[in-house]
Amino acid sequence: MNPVARLALFAATVSGAAACVTINIYFPAAAAEKAADRIIEEVWQLRQGATPPAESKPNGETK
Amino acid sequence: MNAMTIAARWLAVLLFSLIGSAWGQGNLEINTPAIAALQQSMQQRHAQLAPLYGAGAVGLAADGNVAVRDASSVPLAQRGQVNALVAAENADRAALYREIARANGHPEWEADVRKTFAQRWMDRAQPGWWVQGTGGWTRK
Repeated sequence: MNPVARLALFAATVSGAAACVTINIYFPAAAAEKAADRIIEEVWQLRQGATPPAESKPNGETK
Repeated sequence: MNAMTIAARWLAVLLFSLIGSAWGQGNLEINTPAIAALQQSMQQRHAQLAPLYGAGAVGLAADGNVAVRDASSVPLAQRGQVNALVAAENADRAALYREIARANGHPEWEADVRKTFAQRWMDRAQPGWWVQGTGGWTRK
């Protein structure tokens, strides 16, 4: 393998690895909202209708 | 190694990182024993907090906590109990936000998790409950 190819391969590997790291640094806001909703439904018992399920579902999230 | 092979490798790396990102965006991990225990504890406490939300004594604060909003709506003798309930709930909430961030390998997400929850608690609050918007407390 010549030095240039070696360098190119190295660069590809490093930037590939960097891309993987970068991707997960950003906070996944949509996933967090979904997680929050699931926990809130559990804590407030919104699923079973133990308390009257809030009709104030604001932004019509899909179930 | 020729240029084609290098380009192919690049493409493979790019493809894999894209797939990885799509996969990672799906869901946050919330199925851990610690999170389940906090959820359980908060669910039990909610039976006592719900009437206080309804009465306006306690509201959902903008910082992801609950807060005593109008202590005067609670008989003097019960105010200590309400304060204790609020403190216990906020301790659980803080632990919940921290645990979710940790369970997903990013303790530094705690503040973002808290912000997300703050918004969702308020969005999903029942009619009559008090929430803390940018302009102060409002009744839903």
